[in-house]
Formats: sequence, C-alpha cells, structure tokens
Amino acid sequence: MSENLSRTPLYAFHVANGARMVPFAGWEMPVQYTGILEEHLAVRRTAGLFDVSHMGECRVTGKDAAVFLDRVMTNTMATIPVGMARYTILCQPDGGCVDDLIVYRLGPEEFLICLNASNAPKDIAWLRAQVGSSQVKIADECAQWGQLALQGPAAEAILSSLTSVKLDSIKRFAFVVTTVANVSECIISRTGYTGSPGFEIYLPAASATKVAEAILAAGKPHGLLLTGLGARDSLRLEAGYPLYGHEISEVISPIQAGLGWTVKFSKPEFIGREALKKQADGALPSSVVLFSLADRRIARQGTAVFAGDTKVGEVLSGTHSPLLNKPIGTALISSDALAKGNLTVDIRGNRIPLEISAEPFVK
Amino acid sequence: MSSLPSDLRYTKDHEWLRLENDGTATIGITDHAQAALGDVTFVDLPKVGATFAEHAVFGTVESVKAASDLYCPVAGTIVGVNAELNGSPDLVNREPYTGAWMIRIKLDNSAAAQALLTADQYKQLL
Repeated sequence: MSENLSRTPLYAFHVANGARMVPFAGWEMPVQYTGILEEHLAVRRTAGLFDVSHMGECRVTGKDAAVFLDRVMTNTMATIPVGMARYTILCQPDGGCVDDLIVYRLGPEEFLICLNASNAPKDIAWLRAQVGSSQVKIADECAQWGQLALQGPAAEAILSSLTSVKLDSIKRFAFVVTTVANVSECIISRTGYTGSPGFEIYLPAASATKVAEAILAAGKPHGLLLTGLGARDSLRLEAGYPLYGHEISEVISPIQAGLGWTVKFSKPEFIGREALKKQADGALPSSVVLFSLADRRIARQGTAVFAGDTKVGEVLSGTHSPLLNKPIGTALISSDALAKGNLTVDIRGNRIPLEISAEPFVK
Repeated sequence: MSSLPSDLRYTKDHEWLRLENDGTATIGITDHAQAALGDVTFVDLPKVGATFAEHAVFGTVESVKAASDLYCPVAGTIVGVNAELNGSPDLVNREPYTGAWMIRIKLDNSAAAQALLTADQYKQLL
C-alpha cells in the first residue's frame, strides 16, 4: 500500500485481529474483519466496535468562540449547553458544503469539533481564515485524539463495565469527560453514524489500543464484533446519514441534501445564508433522495437515473441493505423529474424502477 | 485459504473450469476470487441456450463492495445454470468449488480447456 497513507494508533490492533486494510481518505483503514454482512448485523443486533481515529479534531477557544462559530456554521452554536453536542454544516458563501461536523461544547468558551478525515486540514484552514478580529484560538488536535465508535443495542451494557459513569444519564447528543478502562480524559458521547444506539469515545491517541482491547474483551460475551468501514457505510445508508463527497459536497448544499433542519435562518448572519435562503424559498434545481430497488443488482455511485430515456440524475451512494435484503442508495435527481416520478436506474443495461423512500430505512 | 483442487483448470481472471465426461464443462469462481469480493449478494447468470465467445462476459457477481464481470473461459453454449445461487448467493463464499458452480457449457472446441491454467500454474499467480 502507498507509503503516503496515514495509520491510526490502532493499526497493529487491526492487523492482529485479521482486518483487511484498504486506503480510505488518505488513511489505511480496516474495511472488514469477518465480513461486511455479519459485521453490519452485529451492530443492529448486539454491538460493533469501529476505529474512527482517522476523523479529525480541532478545539476552538476564546471569548468570542460561540459568536464566531455561529457566524461560520449553519446551525445555532451559542445555544448548545455545556456537555451537549450538535450536528452542523460548514458552508461556503454559495451554499456548498465545506464539511459536516459535530460540535461539542466543553465550556462556555471552549468547543471541540469533529471533522471528516479527508477534510480536516481544509476545515481548519477555512476556520482560521474566517477569524478576522474575533477573540478565538483554533488548535489542530487531529494527532492527539483517537476515536472509537461502540454501536449497537449491547453498547451500553459493554461500556458500563469499563467506566463508573452512569451511562443512562447521557442523553442523545450529550457527553461526559471521564475515565474509560483506566484511561482518563476520555469523552463518551451518545452519538453515532449507524442508526443503532451507542457511543463515540474520544480518547488520547496513545491509549487507543488499550481501550479498544478492553472493549473487545468486555464485548465478546455480548456478541460484539470488530466492525470496519464496509459495515459503517451500509449502516449509515440504512439510517439515511449523509457522507461528505457523496450526499453533501462543495456542489451539493445542505438544503438540496434534505438537511434544511441544520440551517437556522433565524440567525441574522452566517456564511452561506443568502444563497441557502434562496434555495429554501425558491425552486431547487435538484434534490437528494433515498431509494431502494426491488431487484438484486446494486445501483452504485455514478449510476444514471432516467425518466423515460432522459438522464435526470445520478446515484451518489449505493449498497446492499442487510436489514432489508435489497439494494438501497441515494441519488441526486432534478426537481422536475422527482415531481413527475416513474424513474429508473440503468444497471448494466437493465432498467430498474427507483422506489423513493421518504423515511430512512432504520430510525 | 483452502488448497486448489487439482482436477480443475483455471484462468487468470479467477474462474475455474471442470471438464465433465459428456463433453460439457462446469464453471465457477475460485476461492481466491470469493475472498477478494467479500460477501456475495447476487449472481447474475445467463439463460440456457445463450452462446459466448472465449473471454466474453457471461454474467456478474455482485458483492457488498463491488460488481465484477464473469468471463467465459471457453467458447460455447450454456446448457445449465445453477438456480441455487439465486436464493443463496452466499454459497459463492462458502462453497466456491462445489455448491456455487455457476454455469454448464457445451464447448465449441473440446480441446479449448487444455489451454487453461493448471492448479500449479494458477497458484503462481496468487
């Protein structure tokens, strides 16, 4: 594999546990351990442990931190209570997405932001370029943190054996700073990217392997499996969560992506507001939809969407849903064609009707 | 990984072929191929009676990760397809050399199979 790829602190752990390593967003990451289907179903039925240490982190501190974040993010930041996290988009002036993020409020003037792996350097540069005269400091902490995602109905039982925190007191999108498996200064947050209950754990990079091994040992009796990026992708698609570069991008805005709930026009000013307001008020040229197929063939990224013989869109993500046992995906489709319906995808010469789903496949 | 059956012939595209006594051949994909594909979710196979040139695409095997073309190792006419794979595509992962055979083909030229790789030659490629 290319020598330019970064490795997470868990690289040796993955190899020792039989992972198949692949390049992803500039990182050498486990795509699977035992098999994507089995790992996917483990998260739905028991638990799965993901290494997501490739994700980036930065810390925003200072007197103006909340005001600054409100000016650059689409969602409301100043109203996040300390100890809570919020999902938001970082937009360009034209409404395209720089990234999608989770912002954790550590204190009145202190925030930790989780960044997508491939976007982390771009995001930090973008944030710094917006500072102007604001009293804020933006610290790149990507190398300091490891991240684990423990997801599935058994996640709480497994994690409770490794921490003294009462996990049932951590509500959705709440977090605590605590000790996990004798490693202090970890953040446990009730967040995730799977559509199953669970936690994300931010921890000092040097202690990531120790904590992963403790979770693996505690989880084995519950049926926990190590889970890779393959399952992570099929889980997030069943749950309807966007992936940067697919459902949202520099050319697909949060309004187009169905993430209008993250865009707070009640704020008088934020980067992208004017462009996004126009999209929200007027006719959108195209929108992102979730779909399934009554077929066995998977409509993969780039597959053309047709209305009759006219190409009206393109698949953004596609996979096999282990839960539904059929292909699912997302597509960007022109608004006119969406209103008329009767859409198909062309998979190797087979025209297959697109069944558009208004709701995610798991909630 | 299991050892390669020595009675089969192989291709560099990771198909295997078994010559039957009646002049037909049975074709599937190797253990190496299924392991590289990961969990197979669908096998798209041709109809009986279809004809294929050597190295023509006779079908597609779809896994969670990717769709891969299946190449016909020899020219001929399809005389049987494995309907089991429709309901149990995961047979490709579990029994690549037995239960997950894909097509039976009547060879245009019965000598064509001799040009394919032996187990030892195929092993060199892995």
